Amino acid sequence: MFELLGITPQVLMGQLLLGLINGSFYAVLSLGLAVIFGLLNIINFTHGAQYMLGAFVAWMLGAYLGVGYWWALLAAPIVVGASGLVLERLALSKLYHLDHLYGLLLTFGVALILQGIFRDAYGISGQPYQIPDLLAGGHNLGFMFLPNYRAWVVVASVIVCFATWFAIEKTRLGAYLRAATENPTLVGAFGINVPRMIMLTYAFGVGLAGFAGVLAAPIYSVNPNMGADLIIVVFAVVVIGGMGSILGAIVTGYGLGLVEGLTRVFYPEASSVVIFVIMAIVLMLKPEGLFGRSA
Amino acid sequence: MSEAGAGKGAPLLKVENLQGWYGESHVLHGIDFEVREGEVVTLLGRNGAGKTSTLLAIMGILGKRTGSITHAGRELIDLPPRRIAREGIAFCPEERGIFASLSVEENLMLPPRIAEGGLSVERIHDLFPNLKERRRSQGTKLSGGEQQMLAIARILRTGARLLLLDEPTEGLAPVIVQQIGRTIRALKEEGFTIVLVEQNFRFAASVADRHHVVDQGRVVDMIPAEALEDNKDRIQAYLGV
Ligand SMILES: Nc1ncnc2c1ncn2[C@@H]1O[C@H](COP(=O)(O)OP(=O)(O)OP(=O)(O)O)[C@@H](O)[C@H]1O
Ligand SMILES: [Mg+2]
Repeated sequence: MFELLGITPQVLMGQLLLGLINGSFYAVLSLGLAVIFGLLNIINFTHGAQYMLGAFVAWMLGAYLGVGYWWALLAAPIVVGASGLVLERLALSKLYHLDHLYGLLLTFGVALILQGIFRDAYGISGQPYQIPDLLAGGHNLGFMFLPNYRAWVVVASVIVCFATWFAIEKTRLGAYLRAATENPTLVGAFGINVPRMIMLTYAFGVGLAGFAGVLAAPIYSVNPNMGADLIIVVFAVVVIGGMGSILGAIVTGYGLGLVEGLTRVFYPEASSVVIFVIMAIVLMLKPEGLFGRSA
Repeated sequence: MSEAGAGKGAPLLKVENLQGWYGESHVLHGIDFEVREGEVVTLLGRNGAGKTSTLLAIMGILGKRTGSITHAGRELIDLPPRRIAREGIAFCPEERGIFASLSVEENLMLPPRIAEGGLSVERIHDLFPNLKERRRSQGTKLSGGEQQMLAIARILRTGARLLLLDEPTEGLAPVIVQQIGRTIRALKEEGFTIVLVEQNFRFAASVADRHHVVDQGRVVDMIPAEALEDNKDRIQAYLGV
C-alpha cells in the first residue's frame, strides 16, 4: 500500500528510526525539564545550553585530556550537574519567593551567556566527535541499514528514562520528591531538608541534559547553537505532555519524535512545524497537557 | 520557674510572649502557655482566634514570629522548620496534608525517623487497622476519617515525643471522633505529650489534662480538667457555643 504512495519500506523505516532518535533526545530533555519544573516551579531555559555544555565537556575531555566516549558519558553529566548545583545555590535559590518570571529570565540569560562564551571560544562551525569504536558500523536488517550508534542512543535513552521514572515513582527518595512537589512546607516540617533536595533535583535535571548532550555529540557536530535549536521543540513537547508530568514527558518525547518522522515521510513540508501544530491543538483542547493534572 | 497548673517536672514546651505575622498582618499578640512531659493540653477558641497560627509558629512555618519557644530547654524561635522537627516535635496539620501522589504506605513512611522511641509500624497498624488494609491505595482515596488517622499515624513512627494536632476531629462522624479519642488516650499512655487544637469542646474535655482558651491571638485563660465542671459557663462564653 505504501508503494502506491511511492513510499518504500526503506524510506518509512529510515524516517521512523530518525524520528525515534530525535524522540530519544526529546524524551531525555523534556524529562529533565519536567523533573525541575515539578519541584522548583521554574521553567529551565538554560536546559538547551546545558545540553550543549554536555556535548562540549565530552569533546573537551577528549580533545584536551584524551578521555574517551565512555568515561565522558559518565563524567560530562556530572560536570554539567555540578555546574547546575552552583547555579542553583548562587542564583536560582534567591528567586523562589519571587514570581516565576524571574527564574525564567535568569535561566534564559544564563543560556545566552553560555552560548556566547562557547561561540566566542570555538566559533559556530562545530567540532567533530568520533563514534566510539565499540559502536562503529552497523547492521543490515534487510529492509534497512541500522547504524549501531543510533541504536545505542535509543537504548541508552530508554534506560535513563526508565531508571529516572523508577527512582521517582517507586523509591523512598522519589516519595520525598513527589511529596515535596505537592507540599514543600509540610515536608520541611517533617524534618526533611527541602532546600538541599531542590538543589540536588536541579543538578540531576541538568545532568540529564548533559547526558543527552554527550549522546548527541557523535551524531551532530558539537557546536554552541546545538541546544538553542533543539530546546524550542523540547519546550513544545513539555507543553504537550503536561508540565511536571514524568511519564508524560517520556511518552510524549518518543511519541512526537515518531510523529515527526512519519510527517517527514508523508508530508515533508510540515515536518518542522508538526509538533507546534500539535501543541496549539493540545493547548486549545486540553491546556494542562495530555498527561497533566488540571490545576 | 512559673507554677501554672499542678506542677510535676519542668515544662517540655514553653511558649512566652509569642507574636506572629502573615506578611503585614499581625495575628498572634503574645501567646503564653506551657506543657509538661506526658500532658495532653488543648488550645480552644473560636474561628480565627489564632490556634492554627500558634502551632505553625511553633513549627517555624508562620511567616514571621518573635518571642520565645523552648522545647526541653532549647530555644526554637530562630530555627528553620526542619531543625524544629528534628528537636522532636511533630505536626499534624488542620488540612491533614495527605499526599495525593503517594500511597497510604508511602505517606506513612514519609516522615524520617529523628530519634529512637517511635512506634513500630506493627503497633501503628494495631491502632489503625484500616491503614493496614488500605496501604496500597492512593493517600487521598481514603475516607476523611482514614485520612485523619493516617495524618496522625505517620508522625508516631518518627520518635518525636511532642505532637501538635490541629483539629483532628473536624468534620468527622461521631464514631470516628470516638476512635480518635481512644487513640489520643492510648498515646498518652505511651507517654506522648500532646498539644491539641480543638473547637469540639466535648471531645477536648474527654481527653485533655488542661485547657487554654485562645482569643484574638492571646491565651486568655487556663482551666485544668478538674475545674472544668465549675467553669462550664465561662468556657461556653469564650467559645460562643
Ligand atoms: N494565610 C493567612 N494569611 C493571612 N491571614 C491569615 C492566614 N491564615 C489565617 N489568617 C488570619 O489569622 C488569624 C488567626 O487564624 P488561625 O487560622 O490561627 O485561627 P484558628 O484559631 O486556627 O481558627 P479555626 O478554628 O478557624 O481554624 C485569623 O484572623 C485569620 O483570618
Ligand atoms: Mg485553625
